[in-house]
Amino acid sequence: MTEYAALIPVNVITGFLGSGKTTLLQKLLASPQLRDTAVLVNEFGEVGLDHHLLENVAEGTLLLDNGCLCCALRGDLQESLRDLFSRRERGEIPRFQRVVIETSGLADPVPIAYTVLAEPVIQHHFRLGNIVTTIDAVNGRGQLDRNSESVKQAAVADRLILTKTDLASAGQVNALRMELRRLNVGAVLIDSGTDDLDPERLLTDDTYDEVSRAREVDRWLLDEGLNSGISEHKHGSHAHDEIYSFCVKYDVPLDWTAFGVWMTMLLNRHGDKVLRIKGLLNVEGVATPVLINGVQHIVHPPTHLERWPDTDRRSRIIFIVRGLSQHRIEASLSAFNMLANPVSLAGVPVKDTAQPALGASLSRP
Amino acid sequence: MCSLCGMLGGRGHWTETATNAETFQGRAESHTWHRERQDRARLVNKVLKYYGMSLNDWAATSFVLRSHTGQNSIVSNLTEMWAAAESLIHRECDPLDEDLLSALAEDGVGR
Repeated sequence: MTEYAALIPVNVITGFLGSGKTTLLQKLLASPQLRDTAVLVNEFGEVGLDHHLLENVAEGTLLLDNGCLCCALRGDLQESLRDLFSRRERGEIPRFQRVVIETSGLADPVPIAYTVLAEPVIQHHFRLGNIVTTIDAVNGRGQLDRNSESVKQAAVADRLILTKTDLASAGQVNALRMELRRLNVGAVLIDSGTDDLDPERLLTDDTYDEVSRAREVDRWLLDEGLNSGISEHKHGSHAHDEIYSFCVKYDVPLDWTAFGVWMTMLLNRHGDKVLRIKGLLNVEGVATPVLINGVQHIVHPPTHLERWPDTDRRSRIIFIVRGLSQHRIEASLSAFNMLANPVSLAGVPVKDTAQPALGASLSRP
Repeated sequence: MCSLCGMLGGRGHWTETATNAETFQGRAESHTWHRERQDRARLVNKVLKYYGMSLNDWAATSFVLRSHTGQNSIVSNLTEMWAAAESLIHRECDPLDEDLLSALAEDGVGR
């Protein structure tokens, strides 16, 4: 097991007011698979949670010196997670194997993710697991139109759970599904009324769990969003601050060093506008696909699959952005990858690389 | 440092294949740790040239970033470097800047 995989996963369950977060959590915690789970809640709601490790966290946000809002640490969570781990190590509480945080309805999940990924103590003991967002099928569309919190909760999710679908019309549900796909092409969309809500599918399967990694990537690839064409957008058609998602598909192997230079530069300048990245990369000189996963300025350590999941060898990167141009991102990635593999005017490689890229090109889904 | 367990330092930067050896197995044969640092500096310098800056490996432990006015900053990874670069030249370093991409394309073709 790698060092990173050995860290305690932290799942975030978020969703707008009344969207069914606690009901979902209640169902999940009933499963024996989650018996060693500690739960942090922002507020005790009307739905009771009966759990032996339940902690209340008052909301509060600490801004870092650089003042970037997306890099805000959640001070309350910082204290809670440190304290929880300390008590676990002292034997005062059971040795929990997972933490689930239920946010308040108006919470921005990004500072929570940032706290887990970047806080100096916490990052040594915890890692970020799936972010699960509940959306009320009846009121969800209106909430997305009116509340920026709701949009952000949906945009950064790994799992989007449609709730109360039995109370909504088919038209309402379809319109909401389309909007959620536009916002977040990479998340698995689950209907709580008809689909299984098993803990594996929602919480424990992720790309850092060595057992479920391949299964999780299959979900990305089989998911309707990546293959439906919803990710195709007319270039330049997005408002300055609109959140939307797209998938960049890249034909030639990526030079890892050039990719690192490009991505760090992109996140340094635009990290506040890159809500999520998730990708399956074909890296030059590496036989197996490399998985990347990031939330705003922070990128998880890359991991890999034992084998390619299908015959498609293209790199596929999902971006969820606020107002950035898909076309510019594609052109920029291509230009930086060409730095490692420059070609002459005649299209002949001029550098003796192991696997030169000839005429790097992007392909549309 | 982690004050709970006394662990020093972080996990290493996500771009460094040596800190994720399992993920990049096979590549290590052709890209040693030293070669990767050299490659990184070489590629970064192609971009920094546009901004009148340069980067040099420093004792294989850090990098020294220099501006055209002689100001310098010691950085340990690419994330630190881009923040330091903007700070040194008081200018945004934007990979989506079309002028930068044009300059990179001109530099990259036929050289």
